Amino acid sequence: MLEIKNLHVKLEEEDKQILKGVTLSIGAGEVHAIMGPNGSGKSTLSYVLSGRDGYSVTDGSATLDGVDLLAMEPEVRAAQGLFLAFQYPVEIPGVGNMTFLRTALNAQRKTRGEPEISAGDFLKLVREKAKALKIDADMLKRPVNVGFSGGEKKRNEILQMAMLEPKMCILDETDSGLDVDAMKLVSEGVNALRSAGRSFLVITHYQRLLDHIKPDVVHIMAAGRIIKTGGPELALEVENNGYADLLAEVQ
Amino acid sequence: MANLDVDLPLLEVREGVDRETIETVAAMGAYKYGWATDIEMDYAPKGLSEEIVRLISSKNGEPEWLLDWRLAAYRRWLGMEEPHWAMLHYPAIDYQDQFYYATPRSMAVKPKSLDEVDPKLLATYKKLGIPLKEQALLAGVEAPEGERRVAVDAVFDSVSVGTTFKAELAKAGVIFCSISEAVKEHPDLVRKYLGSVVPPTDNFFATLNSAVFSDGSFVYIPPGTRCPMELSTYFRINAENTGQFERTLIICDRGAYVSYLEGCTAPKRDTHQLHAAVVELVILEDAEVKYSTVQNWYPGDEQGRGGIYNFVTKRADCREARAKVMWTQVETGSAITWKYPSCILRGDDSQGEFYSIAIANNAQQADTGTKMIHLGKRTKSRIVSKGISAGRAQNTYRGLVSMHPKATDSRNYTQCDSLLIGDQCGAHTVPYIEVKNTSSRVEHEATTSKVDEDQLFYCRSRGMSEEEAVALVVNGFCREVLQALPMEFAMEAQSLVAISLEGSVG
Repeated sequence: MLEIKNLHVKLEEEDKQILKGVTLSIGAGEVHAIMGPNGSGKSTLSYVLSGRDGYSVTDGSATLDGVDLLAMEPEVRAAQGLFLAFQYPVEIPGVGNMTFLRTALNAQRKTRGEPEISAGDFLKLVREKAKALKIDADMLKRPVNVGFSGGEKKRNEILQMAMLEPKMCILDETDSGLDVDAMKLVSEGVNALRSAGRSFLVITHYQRLLDHIKPDVVHIMAAGRIIKTGGPELALEVENNGYADLLAEVQ
Repeated sequence: MANLDVDLPLLEVREGVDRETIETVAAMGAYKYGWATDIEMDYAPKGLSEEIVRLISSKNGEPEWLLDWRLAAYRRWLGMEEPHWAMLHYPAIDYQDQFYYATPRSMAVKPKSLDEVDPKLLATYKKLGIPLKEQALLAGVEAPEGERRVAVDAVFDSVSVGTTFKAELAKAGVIFCSISEAVKEHPDLVRKYLGSVVPPTDNFFATLNSAVFSDGSFVYIPPGTRCPMELSTYFRINAENTGQFERTLIICDRGAYVSYLEGCTAPKRDTHQLHAAVVELVILEDAEVKYSTVQNWYPGDEQGRGGIYNFVTKRADCREARAKVMWTQVETGSAITWKYPSCILRGDDSQGEFYSIAIANNAQQADTGTKMIHLGKRTKSRIVSKGISAGRAQNTYRGLVSMHPKATDSRNYTQCDSLLIGDQCGAHTVPYIEVKNTSSRVEHEATTSKVDEDQLFYCRSRGMSEEEAVALVVNGFCREVLQALPMEFAMEAQSLVAISLEGSVG
């Protein structure tokens, strides 16, 4: 599904190397987690994969189902099935959540050469998906993320994911700013979307999210590289001992 | 008087290529209405003189008093100076280097009904998406349930080519016709109200208009009448080097209501064209007028070549108690916009509202806003202005809120937001506030923001193209104003916002 090879990335403005050779392979239906200390390059990886401006790839490659991701505009990556759940979802004043969802969905369909979804079908779909995430009608009508609580914003990200049905989902610190109940709700939303054809890359600081969303593979990232890869037990090790031991081991 | 046949420049058509195909391709640029109608025109000689004023008056078959009114305005205009206080920069306008009167030859003898109107003119409006037919009515069948009907007065260059649904409106006592016709059919009303809101001495452009206005729309809603359908005027400038000077007069008598829509487009040309209109609204006791404009004159190209110079005076007089007016404008076109739809809140408890979206892209310049003149007691006004600048454009909000000594316990609320796209454009807010009593309250809020990179990336990461993303964010920014428009107009305005900003990013 997602193949990242020797990816080197620097910040355009500061000429600062952030990723120094990341290699990662995620198969269809797999859930991978990336953990790592602050500043290790986890969020940069998610931005580069989704096509945000301000980063330049100096070496390496990233492909989605064999297609070069890095050559595509962000909207084309989205239409090809890549989705990033933002750490800080963005507010768009004056634009209703429903309008946003419908515009996004139809834009992707158009890019893929599919017909637009009818107003009726869309409404049915969004109501059904929203219900599962305990998102009420009022929240669907409100402007995108404006005045939303931390939990509402993250649930809204998962709603977008459910509506757009991507094949490769990246969750960037989706657990940050969530209380226990909200984390459970969001995790249930994610777990409901797990399927043989859909893969996840879960970026997180803490093991506790991985109690809810059980990963197949855990990677530890530090200083722009993946320094260790293992099973779910690796996350527990980090939780108990911190990153220091792992870092020392590598050095 | 010389009558000139002028052939408009046309694209060369190779054999076997359908003209419509070419026009469709040509219209695929950002500006959809940039095509011209190839039609035989009669022009008055170029330039402005007393002769021309007399000619326009005689072409319209006007009575002596109106000719005198025009001539007085013309003589006054000669001694006036073009105002330059607005934040607009343009080369001097040569008032002698343009035509003041242009009419399709087929309109020399005014058609008695729409059936007699030149098919080319009807086709022009059809192509613009303006229905000039009353099919349902003519065929004697009712319009389908729920379908809203709009009566249209179509003004092509200097003349009104036709007005729909006149007979049906007449049944309700509503008069809707061209102003030249009103001068003949309803002289008392015209004489009583013409110039009573915007006097011929008002300002340089209004005085010019008073001298040379050629046509426009006239509306009278009798007491206690709710106008049975929306009324609209569609202005089309077609001829080259020709100014359009239309005059609209709407009288809403006691307890009456009307919603009026106005649309405007013009062909793409390399030279600038002048448009100096006057709109007067007279609103009597307990009456209400909603006046909505979607101004989409040709804005010029990216380099600022061509485009309409739009100098317009619009004013509503809430002449008696509890009169209400609501101006809504979506200004996306014109190279230069100089326009301040205003409300004179004379009657006690009268209300004025102004909702505006002004978009300036590329080399466009807009200086627009409103004046709220509070004269009566307990009068209320509300201003919501959304200015969007992109490219190298400059966009200025200029507004006056004035509370006179007698306007006690009055209130104003002003909200003025500017949005910048890119780093070469400008947004300016120039509010003037005068309060001459101690019991009134004036509030002014203003914000300036940039279209946020994070917002655009968020939209794009969900699959929208950069242009779709900008349009979505900007439409969100304009929402309050779009909501003030009648439904169909709001949809049109929404897509217009997107079109106007094409090429503003990336």
